[in-house]
Amino acid sequence: MAGLMAGFARYTHAVVRGIPTSLAADALRSSRSDVDLAKARAEHEAYVAVLRTELGLDVVELAADESLPDCVFVEDAAVVCGDTALVTRPGAESRRGETEAMKGALKDLNLNIVEMTDENATLDGGDVLFTGREFFVGLSKRTNQRGAEILADAFKDYAVSTVPMLEALHLKSFCSMGGPGLIIIGSSEPAQKALKIMQQMSDHRYDKLTVPDDLAANCIYVNLPNKGHVLLHCTAEEFPESTKVFEKLKDYTLIPVSNMEKVKLDGALTCCSVLINKKGNN
Amino acid sequence: MTTEVGSETEVKEKAEESATQSDQSEKATEAESQEVASAEGEEKETEKEKEKEKEKEKEGKGISRYLPWLKKQKSQSQTSPTKEVTPTEEAISTVKQEEEGPAPEVNGHAEEVEEKEAAKSEQVKEKEAESHSNASADTEPAKEEKVDESPDKSAEETKETTEGEGVHEDKKEQEGEVQGEGEGGEEGQTSIFQSPLRLVRKTKMKLVVCRVTQMDGADFTCEVEKRAKGQYLFFKVCEHLNLLEKDYFGLSYIDSHEQKCWLDPTKEIKRQIRSNNWQFSFNVKFYPPDPSLLTEDITRYLLCLQLREDVASGRLPCSFVTHALLGSYTLQAEFGDHEPDQPQPLDYISQVTFAPNQNKEMEEKILELHKSHRGMTPAQADAQFLENAKKLSMYGVDLHHAKDSEGVDIMLGVCANGLLVYKDRLRINRFAWPKILKISYKRNNFYIKIRPGETEQFESTVGFKLQNHRSAKRLWKVCVENHSFFRLNAPEPPTKARFLTLGSKFRYSGRTQAQTRVASSLIDRPAPNFERTSSKRISRSLDGAPVISITDTAENGREPHLELHSDSKSPLRVHGDNIYVRHSNLMLEDHDKTQDEVLKHQASISQLKRSFMEAPPPSPPQLNQWEKRLTSSPATTIRVQQQQVVSEPRVEAAAAAADSTISDTKEPAKTGEVEIEETVVVKEVSKATKPGLVTVTVTSSSPDGLSGDKETREQEVKVEEKVVVTVETKAVKQESISSESESEEEAEYHPNVSVSISHTQIPEEDEEEGKIEEDKTTEQDMSAPYVASHPAEIVQLAEEISRGVEESRKEDTEAAKKKIAVMEKEGVKETEESTDDPMMTSDEALNGLTPTGEAVTGLEEEEEPKVNGQASLVEPDQPRPQVICCSEPPVVKTEMVTISDTFAAQKTEIATKEVPIVHTETKTITYEAAQLDGNGDGEPGVLMTAQTITSESLCTTTTTHITKTLKGGLSETRIEKRIVITGDCDIDHDQALAQAIKEAKEQHPDMSVTRVVVHKETELAEEED
Repeated sequence: MAGLMAGFARYTHAVVRGIPTSLAADALRSSRSDVDLAKARAEHEAYVAVLRTELGLDVVELAADESLPDCVFVEDAAVVCGDTALVTRPGAESRRGETEAMKGALKDLNLNIVEMTDENATLDGGDVLFTGREFFVGLSKRTNQRGAEILADAFKDYAVSTVPMLEALHLKSFCSMGGPGLIIIGSSEPAQKALKIMQQMSDHRYDKLTVPDDLAANCIYVNLPNKGHVLLHCTAEEFPESTKVFEKLKDYTLIPVSNMEKVKLDGALTCCSVLINKKGNN
Repeated sequence: MTTEVGSETEVKEKAEESATQSDQSEKATEAESQEVASAEGEEKETEKEKEKEKEKEKEGKGISRYLPWLKKQKSQSQTSPTKEVTPTEEAISTVKQEEEGPAPEVNGHAEEVEEKEAAKSEQVKEKEAESHSNASADTEPAKEEKVDESPDKSAEETKETTEGEGVHEDKKEQEGEVQGEGEGGEEGQTSIFQSPLRLVRKTKMKLVVCRVTQMDGADFTCEVEKRAKGQYLFFKVCEHLNLLEKDYFGLSYIDSHEQKCWLDPTKEIKRQIRSNNWQFSFNVKFYPPDPSLLTEDITRYLLCLQLREDVASGRLPCSFVTHALLGSYTLQAEFGDHEPDQPQPLDYISQVTFAPNQNKEMEEKILELHKSHRGMTPAQADAQFLENAKKLSMYGVDLHHAKDSEGVDIMLGVCANGLLVYKDRLRINRFAWPKILKISYKRNNFYIKIRPGETEQFESTVGFKLQNHRSAKRLWKVCVENHSFFRLNAPEPPTKARFLTLGSKFRYSGRTQAQTRVASSLIDRPAPNFERTSSKRISRSLDGAPVISITDTAENGREPHLELHSDSKSPLRVHGDNIYVRHSNLMLEDHDKTQDEVLKHQASISQLKRSFMEAPPPSPPQLNQWEKRLTSSPATTIRVQQQQVVSEPRVEAAAAAADSTISDTKEPAKTGEVEIEETVVVKEVSKATKPGLVTVTVTSSSPDGLSGDKETREQEVKVEEKVVVTVETKAVKQESISSESESEEEAEYHPNVSVSISHTQIPEEDEEEGKIEEDKTTEQDMSAPYVASHPAEIVQLAEEISRGVEESRKEDTEAAKKKIAVMEKEGVKETEESTDDPMMTSDEALNGLTPTGEAVTGLEEEEEPKVNGQASLVEPDQPRPQVICCSEPPVVKTEMVTISDTFAAQKTEIATKEVPIVHTETKTITYEAAQLDGNGDGEPGVLMTAQTITSESLCTTTTTHITKTLKGGLSETRIEKRIVITGDCDIDHDQALAQAIKEAKEQHPDMSVTRVVVHKETELAEEED
């Protein structure tokens, strides 16, 4: 039967969005870097292909919007858990428009939509880590307390703990779930600090997988009925040391996914998709 | 107050006795009424008292002979005669009767508490008695009654008579109670009572109608004796529900401040509820983290009922989908498979509240999901309901409004895992039980001391502000209970109470989850039949609904009860208000343990001690934590001991003090105070150590050192003993009676300690805990040299301690009886050089007195001076400042202070406003031997080692700090002993001090007493918000 917190990371659908030409020039970035638009698009196509073919997800691909240079990073526009989707209010003013298309797509998927209408609230999906049992929300430049409160209100079943963020852009800039009860965490001091906070705040026990590179800690974990544990992670080309760590995972299907261009825009693997479980049960 | 009070009490008692004797003749007439009151008071007295009673019973028996209906022991009449002989005896007898009548286990705990209460109440009673003096015997028992008011007395009298007759019949209570309430015929009523459940004897007890709202919304009405303990009513309800796994549940009531409070099973109901409104509700108190581990379906069903209410009211927030899912399981459990033909569910689904914001959409979703549950049995549906409910983040979280140090509104959530901090809906912090070293409250401040993290050197203290001290106390209690229930294998054993005389602090004495699981596994009965009528709410609305029948029955049952209520209310109220005073003792719970149980506990404790002793000495790094814990532990140990002590010591003490007080509930309140004081003690101790160190260097360095060295090992030059006797007497106004207020002011609880007791439960903490336990248990002081951190020695010490403990019990009683005639001054003289700093706080005069001399037992060994310093810093109490002055020696590292000291109201910024010690008067007397240079030799020397040993007896807490200082090639060992005597009753300070000094000298013949400081704290009045 349907049950609370059943079937962690069992996704059926994914929402992605195309890359606008404006990405190269106008997308937000924390450090100056030149982005090769063609490379980025190729990268993204490969990424979507993995979701579609390797993971077997129904991929909803939204069209890119030239007025929204960051629109490819759909993760920030919505947080989906179970049958409920919280349409966020991104912290960056220039990205507020991204939620419109996302909301439409989620509605089409018959999810219960909760909108963040409070003008004092900001929340980027990249600051939200759902572990299967609870939420951690990084309080960053993009996400504030009020945004976290609204998220807590939208997902009443779960504990929502806040994690103060010091340096990184998003909470998931240095961590992600690598499986049920497994947190992949970067080895930087801010990352380790955040992990400690999360561990302290949680009633649950988490294993941790520490990788040398913070950015490599952002992975996509999916539990597939036919493949079991599947982990999309960085390529050895980008982070050889971290990749070695992943390769030690047993009983995992490892799928390296290149992210060299998007990472220049602080875009990690999870940033480019919103994963959804439409079956709800199991 | 203390010393004087003590004498006074004695005098009073004597007077009472004489009066009682004289009154005996009168008693025939008045005795019944008085007896009733006394009986009630006596009831409170613990089993210990019973034992005493046995002795006393002789008298009572004689009486009983006279009275035909006194079946068991001392009927009302018996009590009265006994009282005449000796008030204490009477009280005891009554207590015995009551206790014996009901479940022995419960009684035991309750009795202990009661005894304490009685002791406290005794004072009050005495006063009352004086005022009431009509009949001396009456006065003692009457104390409560006095409070209750004359009308009550009459009622009580009637009840008593009835009770005496029908003691066994209590079960029938309702009828009997009604009759009893009628107050008409005492004897006639007696026939009514027949139930074995009775916790309280019914001699002359009035009956009160209690209405208990069950979780299905139905009311359960039953009559209980006015002086019945919470436990009695609780058992009645459980019996009515056919519930065996009852440890997860409790009775709650709404206090005069509209706050929901848990009814303390070990205390009289009337002392807890402020109004005459004997209205309770039966609720889940501890939400089992895994309901599937419950043994019986009926237990799960009841849990479901609670959760449905929690969900429907919004207390347990959940999402739309979860609401629907839980609702669908509810439907399945109550109505079975969805039947397309029968639209019933549709009809009342809208009448049933599943969610705070229920709407059509949700109801449709519920029905849709209901269809998918086809074939699921009610039990399965309940199980599924629970499986989902338990995952909700707020499952089992008890929220309390508070403010953080910056005044920001937050919520503190107490749950099985620890303490959660919420701001709005967000969790902003979490303190797991293993991380919490100490839980305390002072005024409206609530504090938790946090174990230092891996990288942190010192523990920190986090403070929160509650709305008022009642809120703080309530939160503290909930924390203590939750920690005990979920983290301990067994509650802090009550038997140990002997050792801990000091503050009686609230403890959870019911079965822990571990225990109840074991008990549940032994349940051997066919699954009881019960009807899932959750929807009595529904049924009410729907006349035709199938549920109705059930409801009807319930209603029928109610009606008669209701009538009763009306009758009883007026008199009851009076009683309740008056009685309220005693309220403070919260500790004892369901289990009053039988002696056997107690013995087991003791045995387990002793085992722990052994294991501890056997355990290799902690490695240096560990020591720090160790020490820290130890420092904190003393308080805890004290508390534990207090509880335990309460039982036995109280009996003893009760014999002395309690006898007079027999009936008083007020004392419990005092116990609460005691707790507070305990914390104080700890602080004091720490402080003392510091000063001690300083002085040591000066005084003893040259002469004693030689001898000391010999004993110890190499370099130790001198051992100085400082005896600090702090006597804190709190004068409780009879009027103010409310013990709660006192107790509410402060209290501490050391989770770790308790943990240690349980030992097995928390592996991580076991080592430390175990150590702590040892410390606690050790009653006998170790010589300074021993203290030296050598394992072998430690082991020996532990053994000694254990022995001492055993002995101490016996001794305690004896000691209590013994009076130490030595004056403080004399004591000083006796002690050669040493000055003693006596800080005596007497919360419980009786207890405190005896234990101090003998007890001094608890030794806490801290190898590292730092530790000591921390401890001292951590626990600053009022007494401190005075003591502290002397002590600032380098030895202790006080870095902790900033954080931890928040506790010290005085220093604390947080507490400052409220701290106003207005209520307390503090006097400090310091005797210093001429020899002392003062704190200071200019050269402090190098601190080699510092150890703190704390022993606690019923009323007395002794802390010993042993400091070794390396000074110019010579090592000095300085021993500071701080003895804190706390009691509500009068304490013979002189005796206590003398004994303490005597013991100190005996233990450390080589050492001299350098200084004696007597610190008295008197609480003038209670505050209430």
